[in-house]
Amino acid sequence: NAFEISSLITILSYLISFSFQQRIEIHKLRQGDNLILGFSIGGGIDQDPTQNPFSEDKTDKGIYVTRVTEGGPAEVAGLQIGDKIMQVNGWDMTMVTHDQARKRLTKRNEEVVRLLVTRQSLQKAVQQSMMS
Amino acid sequence: MSAAMDTESTYSGYSHYSGHSKKAHRQGSRDRHKSPRSKDGSRSEKSVTIQTPPAEPLLGNDASRAEEGQDDNWGETTTAITGTSEHSISQEDIARISKDLEDSVGLDCKRYLGLTVAAVLGLLVFLTPIAFILLPQILWRDDLEPCGTVCEGLFISVAFKLLILLIGTWALFFRQPKADLPRVFVFRALLLVLIFLFVFSYWLFYGVRILDSKDTNYQGIVQYAVSLVDALLFIHYLAIVLLELRQLQPMFTLKVVRSTDGESRYYSLGHLSIQRAALVVLENYYRDFTVYNPALLTASKSRAAKHMAGLKVYNVDGPGNNASGQSRAMIAAAARRRDSSHNELYYEEADHERRVKKRRARLVVAVEEAFTHIKRLQAEEQQKAPGEMMDPREAAQAIFPSMARALQKYLRTTRQQQYHSMESILQHLSFCITNNMTPKAFLERYLNPGPTLQYDRDRWFSKQWTLVSEEAVTSGLQDGIVFVLKCLDFSLVVNVKKIPFIKLSEEFIDPKSHKFVLRLQSETSV
Repeated sequence: NAFEISSLITILSYLISFSFQQRIEIHKLRQGDNLILGFSIGGGIDQDPTQNPFSEDKTDKGIYVTRVTEGGPAEVAGLQIGDKIMQVNGWDMTMVTHDQARKRLTKRNEEVVRLLVTRQSLQKAVQQSMMS
Repeated sequence: MSAAMDTESTYSGYSHYSGHSKKAHRQGSRDRHKSPRSKDGSRSEKSVTIQTPPAEPLLGNDASRAEEGQDDNWGETTTAITGTSEHSISQEDIARISKDLEDSVGLDCKRYLGLTVAAVLGLLVFLTPIAFILLPQILWRDDLEPCGTVCEGLFISVAFKLLILLIGTWALFFRQPKADLPRVFVFRALLLVLIFLFVFSYWLFYGVRILDSKDTNYQGIVQYAVSLVDALLFIHYLAIVLLELRQLQPMFTLKVVRSTDGESRYYSLGHLSIQRAALVVLENYYRDFTVYNPALLTASKSRAAKHMAGLKVYNVDGPGNNASGQSRAMIAAAARRRDSSHNELYYEEADHERRVKKRRARLVVAVEEAFTHIKRLQAEEQQKAPGEMMDPREAAQAIFPSMARALQKYLRTTRQQQYHSMESILQHLSFCITNNMTPKAFLERYLNPGPTLQYDRDRWFSKQWTLVSEEAVTSGLQDGIVFVLKCLDFSLVVNVKKIPFIKLSEEFIDPKSHKFVLRLQSETSV
């Protein structure tokens, strides 16, 4: 009986942690000739991961959101500073260079980008609730 | 213009008086030494001790009494004023005079005895090979085998080796002794004994085997003499190594701290005996340490005295003299009470700093202005205006009045006034003028207290030193030894530390191995 309960809890916590990879849909804003998303990215496999202020693990070379412009499309869609971008429109962003990431986000023929992000604060909350 | 001589001039009258009197039952040797008297007058700022003249003259000294022209009631009507100096003059004076007496009688006998023994031994040793060669010629010339070229070659070599030995001995040993050490030099004594035994054994052998048996092999005798000279050269080499070379490599670091104001220095020495290390420390003391100025020490003592003063202990519980308990209670009470002496110290020091800086600024300006009045005459100008020419001394006297006041005030503020008399300042000024020094170079001597060597010998408080040590003074230096060099007014505490054993290892870096990468963290807005 105890074994069943603990296994159920483990499965549930995995589901929860996966679900806290949030899906964000941003509609690009047209400014003159450009389509902007309203945030800045940092990181990449060709960058120095130790200088990333948002990552918990300082060897993490993923793409992080470093700034979100006020009132921009990203903020409206719910993107927050410090989010790690895992996927963009299905393309993986955990093992890309900085320039590749930029290119994937700024494709001229796409008006909407769907991001899969994780957030440290949420991860921590889940971990704490799992431990207690 | 009594520039820096105020304190001295006031007391000159008294020293004059005490010097005059020749009465036998004045305090011992006081009258024989006029110079310490005038020294005392300048050293302490306010105290005067006046001795009462004796009532009746001895052995018909009426003539001298009449000369002095004093009235008989002088003793009763004079008051003795003692000021705020810590030592009483009479105590210090007597101690100093007794030390001076010791100086003059001296331990010269010991020094000269050592020197004469060494000289006699040296002469004997030098003449021995010559004697070895000449004695057979004198005593049994006819029996000797003829010995042509070989012997002559050996004679030449003996002559040159003796010459080299002579020069080497002169260079190494014939030096003015610079110090009187308490105990004999172990290595020197050892060497003298060694030489003595050596030469004695050679003479013994020579006497028994050669003189008695009248050996006819002259070449053998000459070679024997040559071997003696060779051995003497080797002993000379040993002397160099033991006396000079062994202590060159630094093994110990000595920390020397002066007990009165905490000034400290570090010196590196090799293997030396404690007395020789003390000698090195003293030689460097005169050059490195700033001069001892007793006027700078009075402040802390008065502060300490004020701290404990004003506390009285009353014994309420009845009779019973608990002295240690009382003193402990006093210390505890003094520690507990809220006193603001730290405040006083802070403001006093800040105030003093400001005053010194102000006076210093005034002094620098005055001296700079004074120096602009002097111009050096070139050779051709010297013929043109012979009337106005002055030599350096006159030039110094001409510009001195304009800076005298500022200088005097500055010296007073920094309590250096007894170290510089007007005469010495004038001399220094003319020296600076002669050597084309700038005002700053002239002032360098007054703005910072210099080492003891810079000042007049009379101002040194340190001439007779005593070595106080728990170990024997001829034993070598070791880690952790502490010895004290005491002189009358202060002492130098010396702490010996061994220089640590250094492990040095090597690491080779290929010059091609210096490679770098660029690490960026760029931010792009999308």
